[in-house]
Amino acid sequence: MLARLFRGGTREIFDFPGGIHPPEHKSESNTTPILPGPLPSQLILPLNMHIGAPARPLVQVGDKVLKGQHLAEGNGAVSAPVHAPTSGTVVAIGPRPIQHPSGMDAPCLVLEPDGEDRWGDRAPLDDPFALSPGELLERIAEAGIVGLGGAGFPTSVKVSLGDHQRVRELIINGVECEPFITADDRLMRERAADIVQGIQVLQYLLNPERTLLGIEDNKPEAAAALRAAAVGADIDVRVVPTKYPSGGEKQLIQLLTGKEVGSGGLPIQVGVVCQNVGTAYALKRALFDGEPLISRITTVTGDAVARPGNYEILLGTPVAELLQHAGVDQTRLQRLVLGGPMMGFTLHNPAIPLVKTSNCLIAASTDLLPEPEPEQACIRCGACADACPASLLPQQLYWYAKNDDLERAQQQNLMDCIECGACAYVCPSHIPLVQYYRYAKGEIRIQAAERAKADRARERFEARQARVEKEQAEKEARRRARQQANRAPAPAGDNATALKQTSLDASKAYKAAVKAAKEAETRDDPDLARYQAEVEKRKTAADRAKAAVRDAGKAAPPSTDAHPKAEADLKKQVADASAAYKSALREAKAALAEEREDAATLQSRAETLKAEADRLKATLRDARAGQPASAPTAAPDPVEELKKAVAEASSAYKAAVKATKEAEQNEADDVARLRAEADRLKAKADELKQQLRDAKAAAPATPKTAPPPPAAAASPTPTEPASGGGQESESDEEAAKRQKRLNALKTAYKMAHKQYKEAHSALDRARRDGAVDLAAMEARVEKLKAKADHTRDALDALMDETKASLLAHTGKDLKTLKLDAARAETALRDKSDELKRLRDTADEDTLKRLTSELGTLEHDAHLARRALKQALEEHGLAEE
Amino acid sequence: MTTILIAIAALLALAAVFGAALGFASEKFKVEGDPIVDQIDALLPQTQCGQCGHPGCRPYAEAIANGEEHNRCPPGGEVTVEALAELLGREVLPLDDDGSEDATVKKVAYIREDECIGCTKCIQACPVDAIVGAAKLMHTVIVDECTGCDLCVEPCPVDCIDMVPVAPTLGTWTWQRPAGAGQSPEQRIDVVNL
Amino acid sequence: MALINASSPHARGPVDTGMVMRQVIYATLPGLAILTLLFGIGTLLNVIWAILVALLCEAAMLRARGRPVALYLRDGSAVVTAVLLALALPPTAPWWLTFIGVAFAIIVAKQLYGGLGMNPFNPAMVGYVLLLISFPVAMTNWVGGAPYRTPYVLESVLQFLGHGPLDGLSGATPLDTFRTFAGNADALDRMIVLHGRWAGLGWEWVNLAFLLGGVYLLFRRVIGWHIPLAFLAGLAVPALIAWQIDPLRYADPLFHLFSGGTMLGAFFIATDPVSAATSSRGRLIYGVLIGILIWVIRTYGGYPDAVAFSVLLLNLAAPFIDYYTRPRTYGHERAKRGAGS
Repeated sequence: MLARLFRGGTREIFDFPGGIHPPEHKSESNTTPILPGPLPSQLILPLNMHIGAPARPLVQVGDKVLKGQHLAEGNGAVSAPVHAPTSGTVVAIGPRPIQHPSGMDAPCLVLEPDGEDRWGDRAPLDDPFALSPGELLERIAEAGIVGLGGAGFPTSVKVSLGDHQRVRELIINGVECEPFITADDRLMRERAADIVQGIQVLQYLLNPERTLLGIEDNKPEAAAALRAAAVGADIDVRVVPTKYPSGGEKQLIQLLTGKEVGSGGLPIQVGVVCQNVGTAYALKRALFDGEPLISRITTVTGDAVARPGNYEILLGTPVAELLQHAGVDQTRLQRLVLGGPMMGFTLHNPAIPLVKTSNCLIAASTDLLPEPEPEQACIRCGACADACPASLLPQQLYWYAKNDDLERAQQQNLMDCIECGACAYVCPSHIPLVQYYRYAKGEIRIQAAERAKADRARERFEARQARVEKEQAEKEARRRARQQANRAPAPAGDNATALKQTSLDASKAYKAAVKAAKEAETRDDPDLARYQAEVEKRKTAADRAKAAVRDAGKAAPPSTDAHPKAEADLKKQVADASAAYKSALREAKAALAEEREDAATLQSRAETLKAEADRLKATLRDARAGQPASAPTAAPDPVEELKKAVAEASSAYKAAVKATKEAEQNEADDVARLRAEADRLKAKADELKQQLRDAKAAAPATPKTAPPPPAAAASPTPTEPASGGGQESESDEEAAKRQKRLNALKTAYKMAHKQYKEAHSALDRARRDGAVDLAAMEARVEKLKAKADHTRDALDALMDETKASLLAHTGKDLKTLKLDAARAETALRDKSDELKRLRDTADEDTLKRLTSELGTLEHDAHLARRALKQALEEHGLAEE
Repeated sequence: MTTILIAIAALLALAAVFGAALGFASEKFKVEGDPIVDQIDALLPQTQCGQCGHPGCRPYAEAIANGEEHNRCPPGGEVTVEALAELLGREVLPLDDDGSEDATVKKVAYIREDECIGCTKCIQACPVDAIVGAAKLMHTVIVDECTGCDLCVEPCPVDCIDMVPVAPTLGTWTWQRPAGAGQSPEQRIDVVNL
Repeated sequence: MALINASSPHARGPVDTGMVMRQVIYATLPGLAILTLLFGIGTLLNVIWAILVALLCEAAMLRARGRPVALYLRDGSAVVTAVLLALALPPTAPWWLTFIGVAFAIIVAKQLYGGLGMNPFNPAMVGYVLLLISFPVAMTNWVGGAPYRTPYVLESVLQFLGHGPLDGLSGATPLDTFRTFAGNADALDRMIVLHGRWAGLGWEWVNLAFLLGGVYLLFRRVIGWHIPLAFLAGLAVPALIAWQIDPLRYADPLFHLFSGGTMLGAFFIATDPVSAATSSRGRLIYGVLIGILIWVIRTYGGYPDAVAFSVLLLNLAAPFIDYYTRPRTYGHERAKRGAGS
C-alpha cells in the first residue's frame, strides 16, 4: 500500500492512496502581505470556539474589560478559556448565531470595543525553557490556545503526554492542502522565525526524536523562508507533492512517516504528535510575548470580494464586517463558505463571528462555485473509490446510507470517513456523498445514544420494580405483625389462640414450600414434582388449620346480653369472617388465574363466606342500631365499607379478565365461560360502584346527619344555588362547597362516560362475535348514555351558574378576564419577536428600550394571568 | 425378500445413528434460557409506557415471544415494528395506535414547577424513576432519564405536566438526508443585513 | 438576498455523467466510419434507428416509473447502450431485429432492474444475446468485405427494411470461417477471407478503429486502463500459448485481437462501469477472466464470437469479485468482509 514515491538519503516521502488535484485558487489571496483586520463595532465571542466543554463566563454584562483579559475560563479537562480581543465593555451574554452548519444559536459574550485597544497585564517570558513543562502547559492552557488548523482541539491537552507515551515524531503541518486557503502560506512566508520559536517550545514539551515540517510543493517561498529560519534548529522541512487532502492529520502522518493511525485511535498511539504552523505561531505569541490567543490570520477570498487577501482579525469579528472590510460585492455574492471549499460549510447568517478555527472565508459567485447540480443515479464508476484517501468504498457507503442500512455502513467502516469530500468532488453523477455520510453518521450516533438511554431506562425500570416489590413485601410483613400484635391480647379462648397459631404456622410453612418450589422451578430442579407435592400437602394442612380457626370462631357462643362485650365479639366475628372471606377470595382468584379445576368450588366457598360475613355485619349494625346513643361516630362508615367492597369486586373482575385473556391466548375451551364470569363480576363491581357513588354523593352533602337525602347530588336542582340568596353574601364557604360539588359532578360524569364507553365496546365485541342477546346490551348502552348525558347537563348547568355568580360577584365576566390575559400574552409575544428580529440590526439604545418594554409587558401579562387564575380558583372553576 | 430385509435393516440402522446424533446435538448444544425474549426486549424502546397493554417493555417482549402481535408499541413506531418483523420472521404490520400523535417526535415530560402542589402522584406513576421530589415539595423531571411515556400526565391532579418535544441542540443536531436522485441538493437561504 | 446552502464540498470536479457518455459516443465514431465504409450503410442506419428506439423506450419507462424524464435522458446512457448494441449487430440487420434488441435491452435489462446504475448486466449485451439466441441466422450473416463487394446504399436500405439478405453479398466472418476449417491447412489456405494483414480482410481495420477510440477514452480518462489491458492480455496470452503449440488448429494472437468484437468489447463493452467490478484489483481480475473466456468459447464453444457471453458471465461474477477485492481501509489491520457488496 505504501508506494514510496521518492527516496533521497533520509528524506523519504511516502504516499497515501487516493487524493485529488482540484484547481488551487491560491494566487488570488497569497500575493499580498497579511493585512490588519477591521475593528468591528461588536465582537461576538462564542463560549465554544473549540472542541470540548463551553467556557464559563467570568464577567458580567456592563463590565469594562482590557485587551487580553480573561472573559471566560475553561470548564473541565477538555476546554479552553476566552480572552478579550480588545478593550471595551461586555454588553451582552446570551445566545447568538455561531459557526456551526446547523445554524443554531449558542451562548456568546458580546464585547463592544472602546477603540483604545488598551492591554491588560501581560507576562512575557524571556526564556520559556526555564519553566518546567508543567508550568508551560498551564500557561498554554490559560492562553486559550487550540489547534488552529480547523478542529480546534485544546493544544494543552494535545501536548500533555501520558506516563508511558513517547513521541518519536513531532509533525508540524504547513501543508494547507485545501484550495483557496493561504493563511498558513502567508504566515510561514512572513513570520517563519516566530513559527520556529513556537516549534522549539513544542520540542521542549514533547522531546521528540525528530521534528518534521511538511509543506506542499506549491508553496516554495514558504518552504524557503522556513528552511532559512530553521537553520540551527532541529527541524526537518519536507516538501510533499501537492495533493488534496495531504493536510489531513492522518494523511500527513502517512506521507511523512509511513505510519497509519489505527481506526478510532490517536496519533500519539503511533508515537506522533501533529501541530499546525498557526498553532506554533500562537504558542510563540503566548509564551514569548504574553499575548493570549485573541487574533488569527484568516484568508478572505472569492470573486465577490474586491480585496482578497489574508487579514489578521480579532476573534469574534462578525463575518459581515470582515466582508465589508474586504470590499464585498453583494450582487455577485451567491455562496458564503466558512472554511475551505472542500470541507467548509455555508453560512446562513453574516452576523456569525469568526473564531479560533476560522481559517478561511470564501465569498463566491456561481461562476466560481457553481450551483450544485441535481443528483443523478450512481453509475458505479468507482471514481470515488479511487479518490478516497482512507481506501473506503464510497459507492457502497452511499447505498447503505441512502437505504438507512446503518449496520452495513458501519461494517464498511463509515466511521473512518474523514469527510474530506474527495469522493463527492469526483462523482460524475453529482451525488452529495459527504452529506449522505454525515447523515448516516449522525443517525448512527443518535441510535447509539438512544440505545444507551433505553438500556438505562430498562435498568431503572427493573430497579424500581424490585424496590416496589420489596416495599410491598415489607408492608405486608408489617401488617401481619400488627395483626398478630392486635390479636394476641384479645380475650378469646386459649383454644382459639392456639388454633390460630397453628393456622399461622401452617400457612407459613405453605408459603415457604411455595417459595422453595418456585426456586426449584427456576433452577430446573429434577425434584420439582416432589416440591410441588410438598406444597400441596402444606396447603391442605394450612386450609385445614384455617377452617378449624373459623369453626372455633363460629362455635364460640355470642353472649348477646352484655352489650359492649357482645358488640366487641360481634366485631371480632365480623373481622374473622371477612378475613376468611378474603383469604377464600384470594385463593379463588389464584385458582382462576391458574385456571385450576377447583376455581368454581373455591369461588362458591368465597361467596358463602361473604354471605356469612355480610350477615354478621348486618347483625353488628343491628346491634349498634339497637343502642344508637352508644357511639354514633364510631359506626363503621358505610362509604368506607362500600369502597372496600368495590375494590374487592373490581380486583376480582380484573383477575377474571386476566384469566380470560390468558385463556384467549391459549385458545382454551372455556373462554366463553370465563368471559361470562368476568362480565358477571363486572356487573357486580359496577353495581357496587354505583352504590358507592350514591353513598358518597349523599355523604358530603349531609355530613354527619343520619338519613341521606333521596336525591343524590348527581342531579342537582337549579334552585339550590339560587337559594344562596344575595350575591354579596356569598361566602368563601359557599364557593368551597360549590367547588366540591363541581368536582363530584365531574367525577360522576367521567365515570358515567367511561361506563358508557365500556358498554359500547362490549356491545361491539358482542356484535362481532355474533351474540344473540344484543337487545339487552343495547338497552344498557342507551341507558348509560342517557345517564352520562344527564350528568353532563347537570355539570354544565352548575358551571353556568358558577360563571354567572362570578360575573355578579366581580363585575367582570370570565371571558373578559380570559381575553385580558390573552391580550397581554399576545402583546408580550409580539414584543419579544420584535426584539429577536431587531437584535442583529438595531442599535444598542433601541435594544435597551425594547428590553425594558418587554419587561413591563411581562409584568402586565403576569398580573392578568394571576387575576384570571384567582377568579377561577375563588369560584370553583379552577379545573376547568 | 432378503433384499427388502436388508434395506429395512439399513434404514433402521441409519435412523438409529442419526437419531442418536441429533439427540446428542440437542443435549450438547442446548440453548440456555430464552434469548429471543432478550432480543425482542433489546429492540423495544424501553419507555415502559404500557401502551401495549403490558406493564413494561419486558412483559411485552415475553408476550410477543408467546405469539402476541408485534405492532403494539407506539413509541417504537414503524421502525420497531419492522425490526421486530425481521427478527421474528413475521409480516410487517401497520402500527396499532390511534394515530393521534406522531411517535417520531421525541418528547419529555416537563413539570410547570410553580403549579406543582407536591402530591407525589407522578413520582409513583413514573416507571423509570425519572421524577424527583417529595411530598408537599415541588417535583421536577430528570430530562435525561425521561422516556416520554407520558404516564405521569394523567395522575397529576393539577395538570401541571406537559409533554414537550425535545428540541435539537448543537450536540444532537445532524445533517439531513439529501433529497435523493433527481433532486438538487442545494437550498437557498435568505440572508439579512449584510 | 438568498445564499446557497449546501453540504461540502463546494467545489466540484469537471467530470459529469452526461459528458462521460458523450465521450464514449464520440469514441465509437471511427469504428462506425470503418464499418460503414467496408460493409455499407446498414450499420449507420441501425445506429440511428437504435438511438431513436432507445430514447423512446427510456422515456416511456421513466414516465411509467415516475422519474424526471428530461434529467435522466440527458445522462445519455440510453444512447450509449443503443449505439453499442447497433455496432455489435451485423450490417444486414433489419429494423425489427434492432428494435427487439434495443427495446429488450432498455426496458428489461435496464429499466426493470431500476434504471441506470441498478442493472446487474450490461444492457447492450443482454439485447445482443437475446437476438443471437432467438435469430441465429440473421445474427451471423455478414455482408461486404473481401471477397464480397460492399453493398450499395440502396441494397443496405432494402436490407434494413427487411428485404434481404442479398445473394452474393453475404457470408461468414473470418472468425466463423476459421473455426469451421480449423486444423485443415489446405482449406485455411484457400479461404480468401482470412488473408488480410492480421485478422482477415477488413476486420483488422474495424478493430483498429475501435482501438483508436478506446485509446481516446483512456486519454480522456473516461475509462481506466485496468479492464481493457487485462481483457486483451487475458485473450492474447492463452492464444499465444495455444498457437505456439499448434498453429494450424489455433489462431494466432493477432488474429484473436483484431477480429470479431475484440476491441469493441475491450474498450466499450467490458468497461461499462455499472456492471463491471469496481476496485482496481477487481477490474484486473474481471478483465482477465473475460479475455480467457472469449478465447475458450471462440476455440471450443458453439458460437463464433464470445464477447457478449463472456461479459455477461463476468457481470454475474462482478459482485463476487468486488467482495474479495475490497481494499483495506486506512487504520484497519486488513480488509473487512461480511456484508455483501
